[in-house]
Amino acid sequence: MKSVTAKSKTYAPRPDYFSIPALETVAAWLLAIIWIFPLLYAFWAAFHPPAYMVRFDLFAPLTLDNFKNAWAQAPFARYYLNTFTLVTGVVFAQFVVCTLAAFAFARFPIPGKNVLFMLVLIQLFVFPEVLIVENYRIASELGLINTITGIGLPYVASAFGIFLLRQTFKTIPRELEDAARIEGCNWLEILWKVYVPLAKPTYLAYGLVSISHHWNNFLWPLVVTNSVESRPLTVGLGVFSAPETGVNWATVSAATLLSIAPLLVAFLLFQRQFVQSFLRAGIR
Amino acid sequence: MHVRIPFAMTTLAAGLLSAAQVNANSVDLTMYYPVSVGGALTDVIDNLVAEFENEYPDINVEAIYAGNYDDTRVRAMSAIEAGDAPQLSVLFSIDLYELIEQNAIVAFDDLIETDEEREWLDSFYPGLMENGQLDGKTYGIPFQRSTIVLFWNKDAFEAAGLDPETPPENWEEMAEMAATIREASNGDQWGVMVPSTGYPYWMFQAFAFQNGHRLMSDDGTEVYFNDPAAIEALEYWVSLTTEHNAMPDGTIEWGTLRQNFLEASTAMMWHTTGNLTAVRNEATFDFGVAMLPMNTQRGSPTGGGNFYIFEDASEEEQRAAMTFIRWMTAPERAAAWSIETGYMGVSPAAYETDALQNYVEEFSPAAVARDQLEHGTAELSTYQGGRVRRALDNAVQAALTGQMTPEEALNQAQREAEGVLRRYAR
Amino acid sequence: MAEMTSHRRMQLYGALLLLPAAVLLATFAYLPTITTVINSLFLPGFRGAPAEFVGLENYQLLFDDPTFWKVARNNLIYAIGTIPTSIALALGMALFVNGKLRGRGFVRMAYFTPTILPMIAAANIWMFFYAPQIGLFNKLLGALGFSGVNWLGDPSMALGSVIVMSVWKEAGFFMIFYLAALQGIAPELKEASDLEGTSRWSFFWRVTFPLLMPTTLFVLINALINAVRVVDHLFILTKGGPNNATNLLLYYVYENAFSFFDRTTAATITVVILLVLAVVATVKFTILDRRTHYQ
Repeated sequence: MKSVTAKSKTYAPRPDYFSIPALETVAAWLLAIIWIFPLLYAFWAAFHPPAYMVRFDLFAPLTLDNFKNAWAQAPFARYYLNTFTLVTGVVFAQFVVCTLAAFAFARFPIPGKNVLFMLVLIQLFVFPEVLIVENYRIASELGLINTITGIGLPYVASAFGIFLLRQTFKTIPRELEDAARIEGCNWLEILWKVYVPLAKPTYLAYGLVSISHHWNNFLWPLVVTNSVESRPLTVGLGVFSAPETGVNWATVSAATLLSIAPLLVAFLLFQRQFVQSFLRAGIR
Repeated sequence: MHVRIPFAMTTLAAGLLSAAQVNANSVDLTMYYPVSVGGALTDVIDNLVAEFENEYPDINVEAIYAGNYDDTRVRAMSAIEAGDAPQLSVLFSIDLYELIEQNAIVAFDDLIETDEEREWLDSFYPGLMENGQLDGKTYGIPFQRSTIVLFWNKDAFEAAGLDPETPPENWEEMAEMAATIREASNGDQWGVMVPSTGYPYWMFQAFAFQNGHRLMSDDGTEVYFNDPAAIEALEYWVSLTTEHNAMPDGTIEWGTLRQNFLEASTAMMWHTTGNLTAVRNEATFDFGVAMLPMNTQRGSPTGGGNFYIFEDASEEEQRAAMTFIRWMTAPERAAAWSIETGYMGVSPAAYETDALQNYVEEFSPAAVARDQLEHGTAELSTYQGGRVRRALDNAVQAALTGQMTPEEALNQAQREAEGVLRRYAR
Repeated sequence: MAEMTSHRRMQLYGALLLLPAAVLLATFAYLPTITTVINSLFLPGFRGAPAEFVGLENYQLLFDDPTFWKVARNNLIYAIGTIPTSIALALGMALFVNGKLRGRGFVRMAYFTPTILPMIAAANIWMFFYAPQIGLFNKLLGALGFSGVNWLGDPSMALGSVIVMSVWKEAGFFMIFYLAALQGIAPELKEASDLEGTSRWSFFWRVTFPLLMPTTLFVLINALINAVRVVDHLFILTKGGPNNATNLLLYYVYENAFSFFDRTTAATITVVILLVLAVVATVKFTILDRRTHYQ
């Protein structure tokens, strides 16, 4: 269960040991091109008139019309706002709830702690979308249908976040805690001044993973939202581009790019942090 | 967009006025609606709503686009369950039984107060009312309604040596023409495509009805999927691929079919009239629209969405919803809506407006759906409609993809549907 | 005595700190699990009649339903189709990217990028590839003189097409775990084997691959969970069709609950899914956690 992150801090190639002959370079590149091609194609389609969707022509005229159409045909601005609110809210709430729980598991003598912890870990497997029918009913009874809270709340007590933070907290030396106590800090101050600052990399990692997860989440938001006021980007995109609407493909491409753009740009800018975070968070 | 600003301004001005004067009387309505064809229909709806609010400053309508017909039903039902019911919605015309079973909707007959309103209720094409009525009461008012029509590419007909002005009259001709085109194009172009995802049961209903067969009872409790006439109809559909080599193998995607037609990868397609305007705007070739071919008779099921008013709304809200629906279905609006989309003008009066008369004169395909209406039949609608339709969808797809013979497939669908409907027998 | 109270107080604090998470987990994980199981044992009343306890009858009905078996089989094929392929590809990618390679940064980015797209967006893009006649794949086949394939409309191809897209989406994610593990392998091992003249191939199978075993098991568990939980792409690509050829368990739950308004069948299938996940969880907690030795 422990993390391998200590050994994977760098991406620097190891000198020579695994040098790759030419054939493999070609294979690696070929695979890379295949892998990135769908995205490039979407770009190409989004910036050219619909007629060129299925006819490749290097000199096809460039256009922004598809983006204008997509923007005009669906309330993407609102979807952005919803997704943004959702993601910030969920991540913030997860930080608070998971920090408290992780702190309890790491430092407090709770009776039956191991059993409780196992119970928490069950949620790694029984996630909200599997229980979609009952969670829908519960959300409905709590008046959370068609609210952004309703999309996010089931994910707030994240077993994964609790686990990750507990691991980190456990590695923090007791001496630091004792020193703070001598200075007169109470438990919450110790948590805030000692544990949280030292766990920053974990928060970053978990935050990035959580952001990507909730930016991309679809099934539960689809079920729990009814209207533009609460629909996140993924659901908006799904509703907009479902094949039976017959919306033209170039517009769908543009809409697709619109919905992935912020995350994609963030990823391209902070590639290393993203990969490190997924890695750190993934080994559990 | 530039049209919208004055709209918004006037709405705002009207809104301010009404806020000052009749604040206490203003009514807020929420309405879900679906879009299942191409084109920027949400814009059209938004503009209509803005215009309405302008005329009736006391009534605010929030129109929520909720996806395709299935999505919209799910959204509306879930809102009801969550105690946040809309006051009215445009839902699938065939959702009637499910909505009644859930006690979700009210009959328009019970809301009507004046003779004028009674007259309005009787002003629609009877063929479009069929799916909205049960036990002599009207629950659904036709709005975005369609039938299936045949689109044909005149250039492709000409290239294959066929008369570009003559679409197929009957099944035999359609198969022959389609095969001719396929051959003449050396396999580059298909003769005909009938979509078999999305709403396969709907297309199949057309075939069955053209073969003189209706697939369900009037009260939504029985279906007749494996009647010999139905089996024959499915056999014909399958034979377009297997025998005539005129239609591609496997299922044909509802959503991308229009694109296929526009790319000339098929010379004919069956599709909803709701696509008419979109095809007209994007086609780079000469095309025509005709009634579907016949076998023993002409025929197409009607389709599309009706207005419903919900039980949970207050009396005042229901009255306001009536006002809105009457306004939306008035001849001028029905005409404008038809011109913008290709959906039918829902009443004879709509086709008598100057706007629609001029449009039909200039663009004759616009009248085909209306003319076909006299050969129309109600869309497949039963209790447990979701499951029953799915059973038939699966049968159609199983036959078209060669997993089962049409007879086996329809026998299975019939068994499944009977199982589901057993509790509803009257 | 003072000692005791302080311990007590610690317990109380701990419990209070746990409380928010406990309430939320109870509401959205434990409670719904229990009610799902209960619902699967009842038949809802018809036209207002109260629900009736029927024991395991709903399971009997479900197991008699050929569609359920078809869907379950699809899910199994989907898992078998996606998991080994994406793991093998992920390992290959990691080996490529771990070595000296011109443009390594770009290659790594290309492999990883699909991972951060929403499944819905990925499905939208692949829809253009798979569309018959006018889609890219068939245009390419056509250019090479082959007749087109109805990728999503032919029941014998459709599930395979869905699998290919999932592999594309997932492989890059698993790659990073292999990459990290590879970078954790001591270079001395390679040096030693070079001195002995071991071929790269046998070095891989005799040294690298066994050392990567924990990572492989970890990735396997994740892949298994994803094979059950991710059905977003079906909403765009196939809606489970044609004739249920691509329907997966969770999508079938969604259909039953929200298209057919049959919450009972949905609950019954959900219990089946929960059982599958329980097996995966048991494997993880007992076998995997005991055998792995990350550090």
